[in-house]
Parts: sequence; C-alpha cells; structure tokens
Amino acid sequence: MRGMSPIVQVIARLLAGMLFLFGTYVVLHGHLTPGGGFAGGVLIAAAFILMSLAFGSVEHAERNSYTLSSVVESLGGILFVSLALAGYVAGTFFFQNASVYGVGSPLALISGGIILPANIAIGIKVGAGLFAMFLALGASRFVMKD
Amino acid sequence: MIELYVLLAAMLVAALAAIEIKDLLAAAVSLGIVGFSVSIIFMLLQAPDLAIVQIVVETLTVVFFAAVILRTTNTDTTLAGGLKREVVFPAVVYVAFGIIFMFLVGRALPELPSFGSPTMLVAREYIALGLEKTGAANVVAAIILDFRGYDTLGEATVLFTAVVGVLTIMRRAGRKEHTGEGKS
Repeated sequence: MRGMSPIVQVIARLLAGMLFLFGTYVVLHGHLTPGGGFAGGVLIAAAFILMSLAFGSVEHAERNSYTLSSVVESLGGILFVSLALAGYVAGTFFFQNASVYGVGSPLALISGGIILPANIAIGIKVGAGLFAMFLALGASRFVMKD
Repeated sequence: MIELYVLLAAMLVAALAAIEIKDLLAAAVSLGIVGFSVSIIFMLLQAPDLAIVQIVVETLTVVFFAAVILRTTNTDTTLAGGLKREVVFPAVVYVAFGIIFMFLVGRALPELPSFGSPTMLVAREYIALGLEKTGAANVVAAIILDFRGYDTLGEATVLFTAVVGVLTIMRRAGRKEHTGEGKS
C-alpha cells in the first residue's frame, strides 16, 4: 500500500513530530492553561493519522497498530478509573483529590493532585481510541484505489 | 456582538448546504464550516478550553469524513426528487412540534437569568474556591476533573462505547465472506 506524493510525505515528516510534541504539551499543561486530556489526545491521534495517511501502510503493520491502539485505549480507561479508585484505598471517596494526592503549589507543573495524572490517562485513551477508530474505518486504504 | 450573528447566519447557510449538496465531499466541507464557526463563537464568548477542543475535533472529523468519502462513494444517492406523500406527514409533525416547542421556550426563557450573569450558587463556589481546593490554575480543569469527576468518567465511557461500537461493526476477523469480496 503506497502513500501520497513526496511533497506530502516531506511536510508530514516535519509536522508529525511537532504535532505529537504539542499534543503532549497540551495534555501535561491541562491544569494550567486551556486544553487538557481530550484536546491533547486528539492532537496526538492527529499526528499518527497524518503519518498513516501520508505514508500508507502495509497490511500486517496496520493490523498490529490496530490491536495495539485498542489495547492502549483500554489501558488508559483502566488508569483513569484506578486513579479515581485510589480514593477508596486511602479510605475516602471516589474521585477524592486533595487529601489523597496533595494539592501542591499553584502554577507549578506538578500541582492539582489528581488532575495531571487524570489528564494523562484521558489523553492516552482519547489518542489511542481515535487512532483505532481511524484504522478500523479503513480510511488509510483509499490511497490504494488508484 | 454583530460578528456572533454573522457567524450564526454562516452556520445556518452551511448546515443547509450540507444537507442539500449532492457532492458528499462538499457536504463534509460545509459541516467543517459549521464546526469551525462554533469554535470561533467559543473564542468570542471567552471559552478557550472549548474552542481548542472544538477546533481539533472538527479538524479530525473533516479528515475522517474526507478519507472515508474518498474511499467509498462521492455522490449522495439517497436524495429523492420531488415531494412525496410520505414526506408530507413527518413535515407537518415536525412543524407542529416546532411551534409547540417555540411556545414553551418563549414562556420559559424569561425565567432564566440574563446572558452572562452567573447566579448559580454552585458555580460561584467553584470559581471562588477552585484554586484553593484543587491547586489547579485552570478552573475548567478543576471543575471537570475534580468537582465533576463523575461527569468526565461518563464522558470517557461514552467515548469508549463509541470506539467499541466502531471496532465491532468494522472488524475484519470473523466476518463471513459470502459476497466474494471480503478482505482485499
């Protein structure tokens, strides 16, 4: 399965890393600036989708990343729920934040207690889930038609 | 606020165009106009969190639509020409329901607080104590992941259900190849 033209491939190679980095930034700074796990996760998925559209893929590699991304999506969901369940372990409530995780100093990167790890979990979940959806819809296969 | 109404009018035109155009790629682009206009409206209403989510999701949605449309078919063949009898009855029902709904909304809207004046006690509490109780500088993140964590869990469940649904419908393993095309 072949990809798109060399122009698209060069630009995609330049852009995908930046897109992934920006998505990670949006996820990690969700508690400080606008953004968060969902927006950052979509950006991360967009980086993978860009590479997949530009370069195409071979059948078995596509099946492998399909399986891997659906597994990673479930792992992100499990991470999110277990972050919430840590409140029970500590003897308080579901989604208990301050007394379990500690609040930290405002405006520091490590602050906000549960919010930073929960954003990371949601980012993993959304990114992997959208990429799995993209692969399942078979959208990267249209380049094979011509 | 004039730019708000310009954007709303553009959204209406683009939504109607998306319904009526027979070229599916153009319809997807029209849907993109609706989504990006919503994003700009969120910016004008000073909600950058929502604007960021809307703009990235809309971009990805247009890419999804374009990729799938380019792979399958390009023209909408479901549009029937002319006004048929089975179209008239639903149209009458829709219009009647719309009139009733507008009447009830017209009665209910004056009871709501005016635009831009948050009078809810809960919201006031969140804004005043968000930084102190959660340590997060972004009050939106503080609300959706701390005060309203259950809502976000439900949202994550919705996304999980959507992904599971797509993966189930579009799966390749275990599909019967009765038409002979199957996996190509």
